[in-house]
Amino acid sequence: MTKFHMNRRGVLKGAGAGLVTLATPHFFTKGAWAQDFCNNPTGSTVTFGLNLPLTGTYAEEGADELKAYELAVKHLNGEGDGGLLNVLKPSALKGNGILGKKVQFVTSDSQTLSDVARAGATRMIERDNAIMITGGSSSGEAIAVQSLCQEMGIIFMAGLTHSNDTTGKDKRRYGFRHFFNAYQSGIAIAPVIGEAYGKDRRAYHLTADYTWGWTQEESIKAATEALGWETVATVRTPLGAGDYSQFLTPVLNSGADVLILNHYGNDMVNSLTQAVQFGMRDRQANGKQFEIVVPLFSELMAKGAGENIKGIFGTSNWHWALEDEGSQAFTKSFGAAYGSPPSQAAHTAYVQALLYADAVERAGTFYPPEVIKALEGFEFDGMGNGPTLYRAEDHQCMKSVLVVRGNENPTSQFDVLNVVQVVDRETTTYDPSIFGGDLGPAEPVPMCK
Amino acid sequence: MFEVIFLQFLNGLDKGSAYALIALGLTIVFGTLGVVNFAHGALFMLGAFCAVAFRRLLTLETVTIDPEKMSPWGQPLEVREPLVQAWFGDFGAVLVNYSVPLSLLLAVPVMLLAGVAMERGIIKHFYKRPHAEQILVTFGLAIVIGELIKAFFGPNPHPQPMPTDLRGAADIGAWLGMQAGVITYPLWRLVYFLFAVVIIGGVFAFLQFTTFGMVVRAGMADRETVGILGIDIDRRFTIMFGIAAIVAGMAGVMYTPLLPPNYTLGMEFLVISFVVVVVGGMGSLPGAVAAGFLLGILQSFASMTQVKAFLPGIDQIIIYLVAVVILLVRPRGLLGRRGVMEA
Repeated sequence: MTKFHMNRRGVLKGAGAGLVTLATPHFFTKGAWAQDFCNNPTGSTVTFGLNLPLTGTYAEEGADELKAYELAVKHLNGEGDGGLLNVLKPSALKGNGILGKKVQFVTSDSQTLSDVARAGATRMIERDNAIMITGGSSSGEAIAVQSLCQEMGIIFMAGLTHSNDTTGKDKRRYGFRHFFNAYQSGIAIAPVIGEAYGKDRRAYHLTADYTWGWTQEESIKAATEALGWETVATVRTPLGAGDYSQFLTPVLNSGADVLILNHYGNDMVNSLTQAVQFGMRDRQANGKQFEIVVPLFSELMAKGAGENIKGIFGTSNWHWALEDEGSQAFTKSFGAAYGSPPSQAAHTAYVQALLYADAVERAGTFYPPEVIKALEGFEFDGMGNGPTLYRAEDHQCMKSVLVVRGNENPTSQFDVLNVVQVVDRETTTYDPSIFGGDLGPAEPVPMCK
Repeated sequence: MFEVIFLQFLNGLDKGSAYALIALGLTIVFGTLGVVNFAHGALFMLGAFCAVAFRRLLTLETVTIDPEKMSPWGQPLEVREPLVQAWFGDFGAVLVNYSVPLSLLLAVPVMLLAGVAMERGIIKHFYKRPHAEQILVTFGLAIVIGELIKAFFGPNPHPQPMPTDLRGAADIGAWLGMQAGVITYPLWRLVYFLFAVVIIGGVFAFLQFTTFGMVVRAGMADRETVGILGIDIDRRFTIMFGIAAIVAGMAGVMYTPLLPPNYTLGMEFLVISFVVVVVGGMGSLPGAVAAGFLLGILQSFASMTQVKAFLPGIDQIIIYLVAVVILLVRPRGLLGRRGVMEA
């Protein structure tokens, strides 16, 4: 019979063997991740790929997004006043980069063109080893880049994209959108314009001829027709048309008494300015004052349109004058850095950068499937839109939406919009299945090398 | 229905004005120097940026800090005051208000200089080269000018407000004795059309009724014979290149309230203007003007809802369809000289 002896050396050996055994699955898994996903950052830095329209129809938004990303990277690296890092709840961000790696970025000018955006994203993934692609001010770009990112196993945090398709029929497992969409614009704006202009109206749509324009036209048409409005005509205009006179003249004698401009960026500035030059805001039609509605606009566009935006209704994702802690903190950081308040494009870009970083911290890895899991169904607050859910079913953020109106009596050059109503998250939440689509698999395809 | 057609006709005149002005300059250059100048659209854009630069000069501001007022981000507010208004009071405000038409004063010398420099510096070296090389070098020049403008003014458009007196719409229906408000059209677009008529008329009068113009026309018809007579036709052609640049530049200045200019503006008009020149007849000044207005009007009618219901997208291709038909049926263009482009 052998006697069982316990001594210090035996205990240490046993404990060591036990620890190795316990750590083995984790060790192997970590090793697998280290080699099996695209652009796994092995050095002391991690690179974001910023895909921005710095030229083209949406260049103003792109420039503001770039400022926001620069600020976000500073804050993530522990520089500056910390911005929204201090107010995001819950937050795993520490202000020391992401998982201890310093954040840096590369940029690419997408020129507001989908093919250029896709080529730029490819370059940033393959040449610059970007771990995440973000940015964009056009849904055409967003959908093209999102699809590419799904193929390459790189997470895409969309910037300004408002088409229903981005998180609808074209949604992807690797794509996430913080910005609201056209359907939510329709839900938010319809009651307000119904009350302001009445239920007996005849609307004429001019629509940018690409995915965003189509879905916004569809959503606003459905929402206004539900009010009792009649749609006289829906006319498509080329993106970046410039001169809208040939599209505006038919409106004058069409029997319509409301013009709905489904245009964004410089297109909206041009079409609205030219509509006003055609005297549309001074007209009477069907015994009523002729009205113009721009379902989506930003403060940058309002500044561009100048006097013409006064009194025009629209919707926005966010506005710098909101009084919650997050909005105030971001406006203060951005204003101090750049001398002007941030636009909604800047806000969504900044928030997306932080949400990605936070998800990586919570996942404890850059491995995309784990980051995706951390983002899906994530409930957070403090970013300026109230309690927000990153919905798992379609990767669309569910949050409040603003109905805005061009300020009739601005007190400064920045005071161009008034928030008319904050439409709460419950009202703007919809069934994700109505737009179809399939997120696809989370497992990455290691094809970027 | 009459109102709809009439409004589209006015739109056509408005579009045609821009097409005709650019095509006129292109034709002058081709007719005199035999150069296919792909940089001509860039001259239109350069003119537009004369308006931008002039307004920037007029709206230079003094910036002072008001420590008592705070910005929304908690910093002392900047108070800006335009210098011109500080110096000249109400007259300064009038200058700013009329900055677009006043910038023609800047555009004329700038465009003359730019045109002459372009011709003497680069284009004269390509007179005897094939058209393909001329196109390559002038296209490259257009890109260089565009990039220079982008470097100085940035990539974004620069809206230029029209004078307040010329904002809004004119009630043309009421002028014609019809019901008020039925036919209204933006005042500035009417101004642009009248401006184009004056400039086109001026160029034709200059060529028709001055000795200089007579020599140039003679040179266009037979350059060698004019040279044998001891006339320095090259110098006159250089001046004509400058005049073509001025016409393009002035057209660009007055177009800025209709379409905020950016560095791509020239390219947007260039292709259509070449089609206009081909349809009108290479080297034919009346042809360029006639084709400019004709294609502008056709394009506007093609964009009518009633037309597009039968032929979707026709408004985007009508100009090119017409060009194809003209080139097949009458290769020298509507008013082109026999033998030009017919070989």
